[in-house]
Order: sequence, then structure tokens, then C-alpha cells
Amino acid sequence: MIIRILGEGQLAVDDSLAGELNELDAQLEAAVSSGDESAFGPVLAEMLERVRDAGTPVPADSLESSDVILPYSDASMDDVRGLLSEDGLIPG
Amino acid sequence: MSVVKRVSMIFKAKANKTLDRMEDPRETLDYSYQRQLEMLTQVRRGVADVATSRKRVELQMNSLQQQQAKLDGQARQALGSGREDLAREALTRKSSLQTQISDLQTQYQSLQADEEKLTAASQRLQSKVEAFRTQKETIKATYTAAEAQTRIGEAVSGISEEMGDVGMAVQRAQDKTAQMQARAGAIDELMASGALDDVTAQPNDDIQRELDQMGSNHNVDRELERLKGELGQGEAPREIGGSASGAAGNGQQTEPAEQPQAGDGS
Repeated sequence: MIIRILGEGQLAVDDSLAGELNELDAQLEAAVSSGDESAFGPVLAEMLERVRDAGTPVPADSLESSDVILPYSDASMDDVRGLLSEDGLIPG
Repeated sequence: MSVVKRVSMIFKAKANKTLDRMEDPRETLDYSYQRQLEMLTQVRRGVADVATSRKRVELQMNSLQQQQAKLDGQARQALGSGREDLAREALTRKSSLQTQISDLQTQYQSLQADEEKLTAASQRLQSKVEAFRTQKETIKATYTAAEAQTRIGEAVSGISEEMGDVGMAVQRAQDKTAQMQARAGAIDELMASGALDDVTAQPNDDIQRELDQMGSNHNVDRELERLKGELGQGEAPREIGGSASGAAGNGQQTEPAEQPQAGDGS
């Protein structure tokens, strides 16, 4: 699958990583719903690290869409809420 | 739904909203291409802005470091003249500058990292825009509007995602740069006001003034001794160990035995 880390580009990652990422995603979800910023940062960092480690960069001239899009590395919970909001952070 | 799934979904939905705008899907290609070129300009401008900001921080850092070196020299000079109080004052200021310098160093590294990321993003986008342009021409030449739809959808959504990402990165870098510019402006103002002990900005700061003053006091003392000697009151002039820099002196020194060194020669 192709994963984009915002601000860093796309990486091709073996599908076998999905289980691990889902686990981390669940932890991320828990952090966001309980408003636990101190848990959020490290989980996000770990997630991105795993993807960077396991992934190979997608060629720059590829026009493929990503299957998964991850927040940028220094994103706070507020930033992520912004990403999730309707009139969010992407300039129209 | 999980955070990542929602982020992915919403991001893509937003990035792709340009797709819905055109009646003829082939027009979408040209429209998207225009937007891509605009985005390329925007990201290049973003890189330039960050670089400008980084250079400004670098200049400030250099000037504060020079100031530190000067204070260090003043501390030595003061200590050499037996003025530990002045030396202490100079060293106190020197150490308070360190906080500012460390802060600027952090900013500098952060801007440098942003600049590298944006440069890389700009190169990625450039490659994708090139690829898109080729594909756009192929699609337009080969397919009817109806047939082209799927291919256009694929090409446009891939690059829209990239543009959304790059656009956001530029926006973030610009926000951050604006904040840093504001802080840099504040430091400039503080420097101008002297509150940051910007002694180098003034040709005669107070520590230097006092060191000069000490020199000129020595001169005056020596003049007095000389005059007393001429008038036969008191001791004759002697070789003076404490000759001082004449520049700040207010006496008219006609004595030839001026030594060029500053401060107390002991």
C-alpha cells in the first residue's frame, strides 16, 4: 500500500505492516478521544517511524494516490482536529 | 472510525474537490494543471521566504556573537586594570546574551529543516507536474471525454493529493516564518533600545566609557603631576607605568613619552 506522511511524501509499504499500524492507530484514537496530548505525540512518532523504516519512497513522478495519509511529524492533537474539520488546513 | 482513516478520507475529499467542478472532464486536466503551476510558484516563494528568514536569524546570531566576543575583551581589559566590578558586569551581560543566542540557534535549525523539507516538496511536485503534463496531453489526444474520465480521475486525484500536502506545508512554513520574523523584529527593537545590552551598536557603551574614563583619569593625574613638577610643588614627573590611551583624554598632551597601550600597564 502507499502511505503519505504529510510534508514528507509517499512511501510504498508492504501490506503486512497494516496490523501493526492499526494497533498504533487505535492508541492514537484513544489519545485523541481522551484528550491525552502526552500520549498522542509519542504514538504518532512511533507510527511514522515504523512507516519510514518499512517503506520505500514512491518515485517522484508517480501520480498514484495514497491509500493512507498520516499527519505530519510535529502535528499536535489540535492540528489533527484541524485536519479532520470541514474547513480544515488544506488551502482550497 | 480511526483517526488515520478519517484523516485520510477527509484529506483526499478536500484535495479532490476540484474534480467536481468541470463539466467536460478534460477541462479538469487543464484546470488542475493551472493550479499545479500556481502551486509550484507558491512553494518556490515559500522556500525563498524561509531562506530569507533563516538568513536574518543568522545575521542576528552573528551580531550577538560578536557582541559576546567584545564583552569578553572588555572583561579582560577591565580585569587587567584591576576593575573586577567592571569585568563582572561585562561577563554578566555576556552570559545573558547566551540565552538569546541559544534561542536564535534553535530557530535557525528549525528554519533550516523547514527549508530542506520545502525544497524537497517543491522538487517532488515539480516531477509530478511534469509527469502530469505528459499524461494530460496523452489523455486529451487519445480519449473521448467519456473514455477519459477514469484516467483523468486517477491522474488528477494523485496530483491533487500532492498539491494539498505541499499547499499545507507552505502554509505552515509561512505561519512559522511570520512568527519568527515577529520575534526577530522584536530582537532588533530590543537591540536598538539597548535593552539587550547591545553595546556594540554604540561606539561608546558604558563599560567602554568607564574604561576610557579610567584612561583619561590617568592622563589627568599625570598632567597634574607634570604641572606640579614644573611649578616646583611636589614630585617631579616620572616615567609613568599607568599611561593610558590618549584618545579619550581631554588634556593637551605635549609630553612626548606617550605609550600607545591602553589601560594600566602593571
